Amino acid sequence: MNMTSNIPAPTLPIATPETTPASVRARSAIELQAASVVFGTGETAVTALSPTTLKMASGEFLALVGPSGCGKSTILKLVSNLIRPSAGVVLVGGREAAARKLRIGMAFQNPTMLPWLTIEQNVMMPLKIVEPFKRSYRQDKKGAFRDRVHALLKQVGLGDFANHFPWQLSGGMLQRSNLCRALIHEPDLLLLDEPFGALDQFTREELWQIMQDLYLDRAPTVLLVTHDLREAGFLASRICVMSARPGRVISDEPVTLPQPRDIATIYSPEFVEMTQNLREMIAQARSS
Amino acid sequence: MSDNLRTRFLSTSLIVGFFLLWEVLCIILNVSDLVLPRPSEILVTMYNRFPVLWPHILQTLSTTLIGFAFGVTIGVALGVIVGTSKVAYAVAYPLLVGFSSIPKVAVVPIFVLWFGSGTTPAILTAMVICVFPIVVNIATGLATTEPELEDVLKTMGASRSEILWNVGLPRAMPYFFASLKVAITLSFVGAVLSETVASNMGIGFVMMTASSNFQVSLVFAGLILLALMGVILYAIFSLLERRITGWATRGNDIAIT
Ligand SMILES: Nc1ncnc2c1ncn2[C@@H]1O[C@H](COP(=O)(O)OP(=O)(O)OP(=O)(O)O)[C@@H](O)[C@H]1O
Ligand SMILES: [Mg+2]
Repeated sequence: MNMTSNIPAPTLPIATPETTPASVRARSAIELQAASVVFGTGETAVTALSPTTLKMASGEFLALVGPSGCGKSTILKLVSNLIRPSAGVVLVGGREAAARKLRIGMAFQNPTMLPWLTIEQNVMMPLKIVEPFKRSYRQDKKGAFRDRVHALLKQVGLGDFANHFPWQLSGGMLQRSNLCRALIHEPDLLLLDEPFGALDQFTREELWQIMQDLYLDRAPTVLLVTHDLREAGFLASRICVMSARPGRVISDEPVTLPQPRDIATIYSPEFVEMTQNLREMIAQARSS
Repeated sequence: MSDNLRTRFLSTSLIVGFFLLWEVLCIILNVSDLVLPRPSEILVTMYNRFPVLWPHILQTLSTTLIGFAFGVTIGVALGVIVGTSKVAYAVAYPLLVGFSSIPKVAVVPIFVLWFGSGTTPAILTAMVICVFPIVVNIATGLATTEPELEDVLKTMGASRSEILWNVGLPRAMPYFFASLKVAITLSFVGAVLSETVASNMGIGFVMMTASSNFQVSLVFAGLILLALMGVILYAIFSLLERRITGWATRGNDIAIT
């Protein structure tokens, strides 16, 4: 895609390796068919997600918003195959989620860095596990991969912290490392669970820019969970609103503003109107 | 840093003070050599008999270390099996804890019965006695791994063995090293015990013969050698532990400028 952003674009250090075949990408990236999730059995059963149907085309950027506890994280876990649906079907890249047709990068809501590894080693972990990087991990971990990790960390402002341990970083810094770990292996499908939650406004806007450039450049499919309506409006090509627990999708609208967007867009009348509408919808969803 | 130095100074002076007190009390109370020799006498004996003692020291150390190595290997393997499988954990864990509370001393006569006296029962005792703490600790470390940490690797499509290598085992390391410190000491006790009962080599044997010949200062020389060896082995493994699992204690050194 194009890179006609009028903001100087920080580029990601990317040497694109073989990606998922076009035949797979052409199909819808994610398809939930009446998928529901119930935790536990009998009296203690909790419905985390009532039957939800949701379809995402390849290359779409979908923002998922909704009140706390409505099952947004649960949807991400379904797609990344951490949990199986209690009923219904979850297809990723046209196959069962367990088949792992797409290369997934996930940023968890809580940045769970492995405490015995430095930030650099943590961020490098996908390169150790995911094909095709895995094959050359031994040769490249001290060279190309390391440079790549450092460049990415630098881009999110963590250049000086590569050799620190997770407990030596602040919450927001951990979240940025978490984001790096989701991006480093150039996934086809990005699952981001409130990745900018613990950041100050300016850092957040900076990362929005990076995220947008990355999206426009590589066109991955992105499923972003967020509580920030401006974030959803700025980044997404489509916004889904979920109802209160047990959640289901109550609104599904494309964002018509042209991309790339610039931070000033946020203050434009159309944008404000859009977020106002979303806000009301969520307010209703909460009270119902 | 100065705190550290002070602690070291204090513990050194405690040890030195202990031996001084021993020496002085023996002199003041006029204690017979046959009951409690003075530290200085023990040192002299140790020095004079060192050429004789040396092969026994090597024997005790090697049986301990060989038994310990076997014990660690078996312990880690069993621990991984028990810790990675929920079923095995539920079924085997209570059993293991039960086993580990059996006094292992009781196995010495059985090993002697099977393998005769000598090196073999000493190695086996050293092994058996140290297996259980290792199994229990590895299994606990693996079984208590936070699912969130495993989820990180699962989303990358990691296999079970990759998860074990990259999350489970590193996570279990602090437990493992804590158990190693205990295990090496136990192995040592086991080896010496077996030597005392049935062997013609090792410090345990030396002490046994010395005591039947009323060479009291030699008995004490043996005891002090054992204490030294035990402390050194323990120190080596604590050092290893600190080097490898520093992340678990988070070296909380705040710079004061
Ligand atoms: N492992 C679990 N066991 C039982 N219930 C669970 C579990 N995980 C989630 N739930 C329940 O499922 C519901 C949805 O959880 P989920 O984490 O998907 O919410 P969310 O939309 O991500 O909320 P938030 O915005 O606060 O992160 C919650 O009400 C929660 O109580
Ligand atoms: Mg959530």
